[in-house]
Amino acid sequence: MLAYIARRLLYAVPILIGVNLITFVLFFVVNSPDDVARMHLGMKHVTPEAIEKWKEEHGYDQPLLYNADEQGVAKLTDTIFFEKSVKLFAFDFGSSDAGRDIGDDISQRMWPSLAIAVPTLLLGLLVHISFAMLLAFFRGTYLDLSGVVLTVILMSISGLFYIIGGQYLFSKVLHLVPISGYEPGWQAWRFVLLPVLIGVFSGLGSSGRWYRTIFLEEIGRDYVRTARAKGVPELKLLFTHVLQNAMVPILTGVVAVLPLLFMGSLIMESFFGIPGLGSYTIEAIQTQDFAIVRAMVFLGSVLYIIGLLLTDLSYTLVDPRIRLS
Amino acid sequence: MIKPVILWTDALVFLLVGIVVVFAFYARRHEHLRAPWREVVRGRIAVASLVVLAFYTLTGLLDSVHYRKALPMQDGQVEVQYGGEVFSLLDALLGDVGSQVEKTYSAPFAYTLYTRETVVDENGVQKRIFPRLKYGGAHLDDPATQRGADIAARSLAALWQALAFMLVLTLLLSLWLAGRWRLSPARALRRLLRGDSDVPWRTALFTIFLFALLAALIVNLASAWHVLGTDKVGKDVLYQTLKSVRTGLVIGTLTTLIMLPFAVTLGMMAGYFRGWVDDVIQYLYTTLNSIPGVLLIAASVLMMQVYMDTHPELFETMAERADLRLLFLCLILGITSWTGLCRLLRGETLKLRELDYVQAANAFGVARRVILVRHLLPNLMHLVLIAVVIDFSGLVLAEAVLSYVGVGVDPTTMSWGNMINRARLEMAREPMVWWSLLAAFSFMFTLVLAANLFSDAVRDAFDPRLRR
Repeated sequence: MLAYIARRLLYAVPILIGVNLITFVLFFVVNSPDDVARMHLGMKHVTPEAIEKWKEEHGYDQPLLYNADEQGVAKLTDTIFFEKSVKLFAFDFGSSDAGRDIGDDISQRMWPSLAIAVPTLLLGLLVHISFAMLLAFFRGTYLDLSGVVLTVILMSISGLFYIIGGQYLFSKVLHLVPISGYEPGWQAWRFVLLPVLIGVFSGLGSSGRWYRTIFLEEIGRDYVRTARAKGVPELKLLFTHVLQNAMVPILTGVVAVLPLLFMGSLIMESFFGIPGLGSYTIEAIQTQDFAIVRAMVFLGSVLYIIGLLLTDLSYTLVDPRIRLS
Repeated sequence: MIKPVILWTDALVFLLVGIVVVFAFYARRHEHLRAPWREVVRGRIAVASLVVLAFYTLTGLLDSVHYRKALPMQDGQVEVQYGGEVFSLLDALLGDVGSQVEKTYSAPFAYTLYTRETVVDENGVQKRIFPRLKYGGAHLDDPATQRGADIAARSLAALWQALAFMLVLTLLLSLWLAGRWRLSPARALRRLLRGDSDVPWRTALFTIFLFALLAALIVNLASAWHVLGTDKVGKDVLYQTLKSVRTGLVIGTLTTLIMLPFAVTLGMMAGYFRGWVDDVIQYLYTTLNSIPGVLLIAASVLMMQVYMDTHPELFETMAERADLRLLFLCLILGITSWTGLCRLLRGETLKLRELDYVQAANAFGVARRVILVRHLLPNLMHLVLIAVVIDFSGLVLAEAVLSYVGVGVDPTTMSWGNMINRARLEMAREPMVWWSLLAAFSFMFTLVLAANLFSDAVRDAFDPRLRR
């Protein structure tokens, strides 16, 4: 088992290097630091001195890959590639273009993100599975049919509509919760409630439909027929046999996204003014703070790879037929 | 004098139309391709959504034929100068709606602005009134009493036009079906109206009628009224929504067109050659996949924006610039979305290459290139087709989200995402402005719902695992 994990971890290294190279090319080769500096300083009337000054202040004044002016190892380390890209491996994100420390920002802002993402995931699982179970129990009836139609309709509605509509209905018309904002500590529930509910509801279409397919597939299997022939009541059959076996694909799907919960939801957080990592990223995109975007790209990839690893592990834990090889 | 303009996306859109036409002719002559399509068009829901998609496509295609208008000749000028604004056939059809700009918000079918303004009347007295619109309802002297009658008259005219169109269409269809069914036209018509046919023609005709009526209403009403009101800067919302159709379709289709060659070639190569080829290709897509999609798109679009800002000399008109940005967005979306299909094709090729007929071809010494193209590719096409139709609706929805984040299409391009982005604070206004959002969401919803229903039908017909 340990050897397997170690091998999987080793396999992640070249992928991270690849990600790092892609971000490096995107952020420093497609546009030179000069272009970026010019854009930050405004397009017109930019003197070369101002560009140099900006680059120096933000640490972009070194050569890209190879510094011929330095001695020894410094030829390679006093470069943008080393300072800005290689250091990401040590989770040293450096400072943003606005001068703040990105690592500090991330450790502060991940908590509000989690406060939204974790309840959304848990409540979502509960609601979506119950909904799919309901449809599977009444399979072939009008209830099932209208449920499937409902999921297609829900899937066809833009996620933005759920947010805007939810804010309008619950905050503006009914005054149940504040429209947006956040407060640390337990007081946060008032602000978290609506995003969580909207998140759960907007996922109902696709998840509900997918889970229903999984349940129906499982119901069609031989062991279910055997159990029914032995006289196991339908409800018990669904909740013990079918649910247990259907949980394998569902839970492994969930495990893959667990690490990414840290990143938060871009749209949700920015609509509700939650100071999490999602809105952090959006602000960075809108103010064109490339240092933050670069850090978030790297962080996201690391979390994704951890998710992949966890998925593989959970498969082997849940399903003894799968051997580690 | 006009000068035709072919934007990059126009060219690709027409290329795509060409591909679809060629494929349709190819499929007609091959029974194994005809059979599933025949099954698709037997479903009522599928036919209805196909008609909806056809109307959207028609709008998009009309909007893809672009031209520039000549400027009025100055004295002593020899060469004709063309304006910087790019128009399309859709603009020509809709008349002057696009240029009828009011001052600010106005409600649907309003004849006054939505907000009060201070006006000084002829006696020098200041008054707070709702000023009349420049275009909406401007043809009436006393709109307060005449509005209802005017709208009713125009709607009635639209109804007659649509009915006349449907009458002609139904007769033509029954003549054609009479030939196919070997019946007299009258009996064919009766059978058609009874709904007694394999292909649900009656459903198709009914859907066509609904949309023809809608089109007639738009053409009749839009020249005199702002049917869906105007937005903050006074532009007609209906016009914007219709122009957005093209953007949505382009993103939904061109993205797949761009990514397909990569996904198919790499997926098949990985599955067929295995070994180091497989390793490299797997590494490639795992790496690309591990960057969260939105972030990769955001980073690429930001970088492209900087590039375009620092190289303004590359673009002749604003439209060209916006168009290139749209194309780049498709490209970037394509790069981030080919991995799923690639993995699927790799797995399927791995399975197929062990089958007897491939082994036999191998044993006969058929070149590997030929095996890939002639023996494996046709057996993967159903997966590709299913992926294309399923991706479409997701991409249309993604455009709105990306435009909201600020990494979508150019702000000057009309798109549902941009409309929603601009209007998202309007629900909080007092009094509320709802029409921009409603228009964008309902047009998007109709398109995505039709696409989802149609893709379900396609999947049911083409996926061999689902076939009974």
